[in-house]
Amino acid sequence: MQTSVTSFNPTFAFNTLPPDWPGNFWLHWLVFTIILIAFIIVSVIMFIWFERRLIGRFQIRLGPNRVGPFGLFQAIADVIKILTKEDIVPQKADKVVFWLAPLVALVPVLMVFAVVPLQSGAMLVDLNIGILYVVALSSIVSIGIFMAGWGSNNKYSIIGAMRDVAQLISYEIPLVLSIVGVVLLTGSLSLTEIVGAQNIPFILLQPIGFFVFFIGSLAEINRCPFDLVEAESEIIAGYNIEFSGSKFATFFLAEYSEAVLLSALTATLFLGGWSGPLLPPILWLLIKMFAVFAIIIWIRSTLPRFRIDQMMAFAWKFLLPLALINLLLTSLQIVFWPEASSWIIVLLSFAILVALILVWSKSFKPGGNKVGI
Amino acid sequence: MTLKTEPFVINLGPVHPSTHGVFRLRATLDGEVVMDIEPIIGYLHRGIEKIAEGRNYKQDIPLTDRLDYVASMSNNLPYVMAVEKLAEIAVPERAEYIRIIMAEMQRIASHLLAVGSLANDLGTFFTPFQYMFREREKIVDLFEMVCGQRLLYNYMRFGGVSHDIPDEFIPALCKLVSTMPGFIDEYDQLLAENEILLARLKGVGILPKELAINSSVSGPMLRASGVEWDIRKVDSYSVYDRFNFDIPTEVIGDCYDRYRVRIQEMRQSVRILEQAIEQLPPGEVLAKVSPRLKPPVGEAYAHIEAPKGELGFYLVSDNSEKPYRLHIRAPSLINLTALREMVIGWKLADAIVIFGSIDICLGEVDR
Amino acid sequence: MGFRRYGNGIAKGMALTFKHLFRKPITTQYPEERLNVSRRTRGTQIIWNRDTCIACSACARACPIGCIDMSTSRGEDKKLKVDNITIDFGLCIFCGLCVEACPVGNAIFLSYNWEYAEYQRSKLVLSNDELLYSNTKQVSGYYHPDVEKTLPEQTLLVNRTNRGKPWD
Repeated sequence: MQTSVTSFNPTFAFNTLPPDWPGNFWLHWLVFTIILIAFIIVSVIMFIWFERRLIGRFQIRLGPNRVGPFGLFQAIADVIKILTKEDIVPQKADKVVFWLAPLVALVPVLMVFAVVPLQSGAMLVDLNIGILYVVALSSIVSIGIFMAGWGSNNKYSIIGAMRDVAQLISYEIPLVLSIVGVVLLTGSLSLTEIVGAQNIPFILLQPIGFFVFFIGSLAEINRCPFDLVEAESEIIAGYNIEFSGSKFATFFLAEYSEAVLLSALTATLFLGGWSGPLLPPILWLLIKMFAVFAIIIWIRSTLPRFRIDQMMAFAWKFLLPLALINLLLTSLQIVFWPEASSWIIVLLSFAILVALILVWSKSFKPGGNKVGI
Repeated sequence: MTLKTEPFVINLGPVHPSTHGVFRLRATLDGEVVMDIEPIIGYLHRGIEKIAEGRNYKQDIPLTDRLDYVASMSNNLPYVMAVEKLAEIAVPERAEYIRIIMAEMQRIASHLLAVGSLANDLGTFFTPFQYMFREREKIVDLFEMVCGQRLLYNYMRFGGVSHDIPDEFIPALCKLVSTMPGFIDEYDQLLAENEILLARLKGVGILPKELAINSSVSGPMLRASGVEWDIRKVDSYSVYDRFNFDIPTEVIGDCYDRYRVRIQEMRQSVRILEQAIEQLPPGEVLAKVSPRLKPPVGEAYAHIEAPKGELGFYLVSDNSEKPYRLHIRAPSLINLTALREMVIGWKLADAIVIFGSIDICLGEVDR
Repeated sequence: MGFRRYGNGIAKGMALTFKHLFRKPITTQYPEERLNVSRRTRGTQIIWNRDTCIACSACARACPIGCIDMSTSRGEDKKLKVDNITIDFGLCIFCGLCVEACPVGNAIFLSYNWEYAEYQRSKLVLSNDELLYSNTKQVSGYYHPDVEKTLPEQTLLVNRTNRGKPWD
């Protein structure tokens, strides 16, 4: 706790502030929070637009192009439509839980953004346990989802919620283990220092870690091929089946902010974050975020969905061993061969990644079979 | 510690994105595992068989369009064949060829829809569906050129077809036929080897050969179970005996086999189309038939290999303008009877996929 | 099953969708961009020709759902004439059997126009002069080969997509 108190020092947190910034810490906190939330909402709107346009292009159609130039305001029009819809609460719903669920899903995601470095030092707080904070808070989202599933008193939504909990618990472990590799290389849990340590992006030094982290984050944000939580062909919309109006909008916002967050985290942890030549740092971060998100969209437009048991098997039998091996190899390298040239490590780790995938693919069997009734 | 669990009943449908219409599955689930399933049909019942008794023979042709509304041409064909059998009407050769061209194009279109929506049930976000709709659109364009509408064609008549094909039809069809195999290759590239798709389809929902025969399923479902049964070969109608084509069969009878059979049937249909274009003779397309057709007293049954299976029309005539009785052997309904045996024991997600792999059309199930 | 092919199939599928990024969209931007429909389009109107009609009611009898209501009487010259013809386009299924049944061949047509909408169902019921040919209603070539020749050629998707070459 001692550490976090020091890091709440405003001058430490926001280096770009002019020294004669009026007011005290709380004014800074207020202003920066508003800026941050505005940034999240604008990037969510841009992400929605980007996803719909890009999926349209993958499907040889144009995507939304009516509202505003290139359909840029489509998401805004959707928001207006959703917010003016009737807010229906089912009669048999657990009202309190039903009301709270969207907020519990949204707030942790917004809170996590406090530590994401948008550019050098530009963040609400520079926690020196930043990545731990991220991991801890982002799992709370699934409590919101489970509350939604439970509170709406609907069989489809409870199935969806149960799937989400199972999925999150399984994928959290390889996800965190893959982050540990990055932390080992940096020697710090602070996101600023992780970005600072990336002379070569960690995707080259930690390809296995990136692979596991990326797939894990797909599952974490319920994206294809792990979108079982809201599998529209099976359980229609999963946990948010009973939600409408502004509550649904909140869930939608939470889901996409999570996507923004995971893209930002992927960029920060593995792609060098805001660092880059020529362009301003915030632009570099945005470019990297959109690149990561484009790959997520590409996957979504191609792949079918896993079945629940196959998804669990994929986490425990495929990703977890890979993450553990990655952790072992990284720590061995740091302990026994710290002076190794980076490029040798790059080559070696890619070779190991290919070898591991080849070996694991042969032996991996997803999922169960028919159950005798 | 033992958890106290109990099965719960869930209604899939009548309004559900994966039931391909208004169909209801009452599933008893133990967690994710389907313990029991009860199909409930009848939400789209329009009483077509009864309505048909109140209309004259020609007026029943538009009714048949509305059975399997994604394969209307294939529905017209057995009905007019049954009436022709009843009234002993000879069909000009050119008309026979045009009918076969239409039926085979319709088979490709219907299978494209079946595979596309199966991919959607698997959770691909509309991409294979969109690609397959592109090709279906081309076929529907050609149907529109011939008969003026895109879904409910009302094209076949007793003793032929209502119009001759326009001049620009054959070049367009040639172009379609020459590009189609390439597009089918693209679908294979997209779907056939995809590991997730294999994991979801291989070995899932197996319909054994004996059960397939005993439950009287037909069409791609039967052939996927390893029975080489195709009405085009075993009870050849029209001029199908003049074409060279194979009956694709598979061995196991799981969802993947049913998907493969459909893809291969599309290739065979392209082959038939190629030959039909070559052999297409000139001449009349419609024999002279009285508009107030009164077939002699008797009964007739005509069946064809429709995209979804054996589609048969049984007609009884009492020498009046209207059929005394019309009965339809709808392949979708009978294929659906095997659903329960295939689904039990699989997960909920599999139930949707198995159901999708049967490829039913609710217009035909409920009639 | 499993991943025995090392995700090769997934990679192939991803390559295919990536390839589609560079193909032209097949959709059309409807109100601005209009494709020519078939020359034999069974459009959403029925056009009646009072001059050539011999009031035989063959169309009304041919209609499978009975949406054509025609009443006739003998005029002073002993010829049948149409007193009233009413067609309910809310009922009509546009099957074209009425056009085929017409013995004179040019008294009843389907329209080439296919955009027809009203705010009230009662406005879908047209009668007598409302059914006549007008500037907003074009005759379709369905069952009328002479009309068919005058109409523009249909836009076909098969001519717009060509595998192997860049899409036009």
